[in-house]
Amino acid sequence: MFLTKRKVFTGIMAGVLALALAGCGAKAPAADTSKTPSEQPKAVVNEPSSKSVSLTGAGSSFVNPLMTQMVDKYHSKYSQLQVNYQSVGSGAGIKQISEQTIDFGATDGPMTDDQLSKAKGGKILQIPLSLGAVAVVYNLPNGPQELKMSSANLADIFLGKITKWNDPKIAADNSGVTLPDSAITVAHRSDGSGTSFIFTDYLSEVSADWKSKVGKGTSLNWPVGVGGKGNEGVAGVVKQTPGSIGYVELAYALQNKISYVTMMNKDGKWVLPSAKGASAAAAAAKIPDDMRVSIVNAPGADAYPIAGFVWGLVYQQQTDKDKGLGLVNFMEWAIHEGQDLGEPLHYAKLPDNLVTRIEAMLKSITFEGQALLK
Amino acid sequence: MASRTKIGNISLGDLVLRYTSFLMAGSLIGIMAWIGVTMFRSAGESITKFGPGFITNRVWDPVREEFGALTFIYGTLVTSLIALVIAGLIGVGVAIFLNEIAAPKIKVTVSFLVELLAAIPSVVYGLWGIFILAPLLRNHIEPWLGKWFGFLPIFQGTPSGLDMLAGGLILAIMILPTVAAISREVIATVPIAQREAALALGATKWEMIRIAVLPYAKSGILGGIMLGLGRALGETMAVTMVIGNRPDILPSLFSPAYSMASVIANEFTEATYDLYLSALVEIGLILFAITFLLNALARLLVWSVARGPKGGHLH
Repeated sequence: MFLTKRKVFTGIMAGVLALALAGCGAKAPAADTSKTPSEQPKAVVNEPSSKSVSLTGAGSSFVNPLMTQMVDKYHSKYSQLQVNYQSVGSGAGIKQISEQTIDFGATDGPMTDDQLSKAKGGKILQIPLSLGAVAVVYNLPNGPQELKMSSANLADIFLGKITKWNDPKIAADNSGVTLPDSAITVAHRSDGSGTSFIFTDYLSEVSADWKSKVGKGTSLNWPVGVGGKGNEGVAGVVKQTPGSIGYVELAYALQNKISYVTMMNKDGKWVLPSAKGASAAAAAAKIPDDMRVSIVNAPGADAYPIAGFVWGLVYQQQTDKDKGLGLVNFMEWAIHEGQDLGEPLHYAKLPDNLVTRIEAMLKSITFEGQALLK
Repeated sequence: MASRTKIGNISLGDLVLRYTSFLMAGSLIGIMAWIGVTMFRSAGESITKFGPGFITNRVWDPVREEFGALTFIYGTLVTSLIALVIAGLIGVGVAIFLNEIAAPKIKVTVSFLVELLAAIPSVVYGLWGIFILAPLLRNHIEPWLGKWFGFLPIFQGTPSGLDMLAGGLILAIMILPTVAAISREVIATVPIAQREAALALGATKWEMIRIAVLPYAKSGILGGIMLGLGRALGETMAVTMVIGNRPDILPSLFSPAYSMASVIANEFTEATYDLYLSALVEIGLILFAITFLLNALARLLVWSVARGPKGGHLH
């Protein structure tokens, strides 16, 4: 029994250590302004203050690959600004910015009025940073090269109303294609996810039945199917299960070479998921001044119907001048030059007509009543 | 002896040992109480809103703000039970083989391999589960079980590979090292004289194991299995990757289910409103309570077994 005693002891020590660490982590990481020596300002328009500043952001894991690149590129240009982004999930990002433990958040489902009213630091601005498309992926061995799917059929599959691949409703959109007489296995995300939000936002938009029975959200009570953890989990289920259908971020579908469905958009055109299609959807959508908008099922011949924004969450009234300056300048850079970094990662560019509006939004961010961005 | 510092009757060293060890033991209880109280307070909103009905409600709908834990409790208990049965049988078998049958060289190698299983991170088990175990179950094992044992409700339905059986099997592999290592140590403590006595009376090797070894070691083996159960109840990552993550209660082991630890890990980061978070913490609290209850039961079981006769008898 010596082994058991040792294990218990190790357990105690691990517990004590974990607690000590948790204690450290719970505090908001204070900005370390003394770490890097300040550099001489360079002659560039709209550059951050010459003081070295470090910002902490947290939230959406969907935007993390892009954010990492942006942060890196920006730091190599303006070394006085250090950004530390933690990919902890949109929900956690919203919580942390509301509690003011971070300098900015990022989310792929907009904050609700209720959440906004609970923010401790006043008004939160939701700044579109990027766009993403969600691909519907499937696995049909020896299946068709192209599988077309209307919005109604997609909703019916996820509602459990269509259960076979050779259902006449699916066949109607795919004339000349032989579909197997096999059961459909539905795969969805089991973890709370912005991808699920965009996907169910779309289903709620196109199917009244879905809207009343299931609704939209980051985690849902799915009528049918199995849950996979993360994009890799859903991709794993779809790749491993013949006859399955699921949804993942576009980049994930492309990198893993999983077949994806051609969707019918609002204008009745068949479109494949693409970053361009998401941009087209955003350009065509009517976007309110607070930028909280859903762009699923957007009009336009090129618009891909299952797409959504990622928003940066920033307090309108900044309480630290140097941090505020750093923040607005970083965001300003992110919506312009930063957009180019998204392309190889399959993020969609913000449409031009929106960028000018976001700029105006950034200019409304103040410190002691003074606009930070000139 | 005279040269040692003494306070009263006790040497200083003993005094220091006594208080430091007391502090360490006390800190453990303190941490447990602290976590318990914190969880209870964070779960408050959910406890007041749903009351005891939380435990019996089968609905988990974050969109409509209705939460119940029953499906998760069911999934956790069923997968843990599967793991316990399989790992218990194999673990004790491994321990008997290593102590009573294996040649020394084999003994060292197999012990090493079994303990190596404990060092593999659970996400790796999960990946192995998705890519190897699930297809194997779906294409071969589950159809076979359905064909021969399909009259049992637990082996009915379409094989999917991402289900309670997969979750239970993954857990079994994960707790096997705990069960096997402890059983091996316990069996090794059985006095040689007892074995020799049984053999001298004309017992075969199996009879010797059954009469002289297992009864002597059974309380320790039970203890080992219970430690394994503790790990199975709380395992998160590997289970969530193969269990299908569907909050539902279906009799067939071929149907997807969900476990308590998995739902917490899956939904915690995106729990966007207070009641939702509170409900997840309450699930954690229930897991805490279940673990506590099962451990208490296990203690009772070990005690009652330990009090029984030490020797076995031939029938």
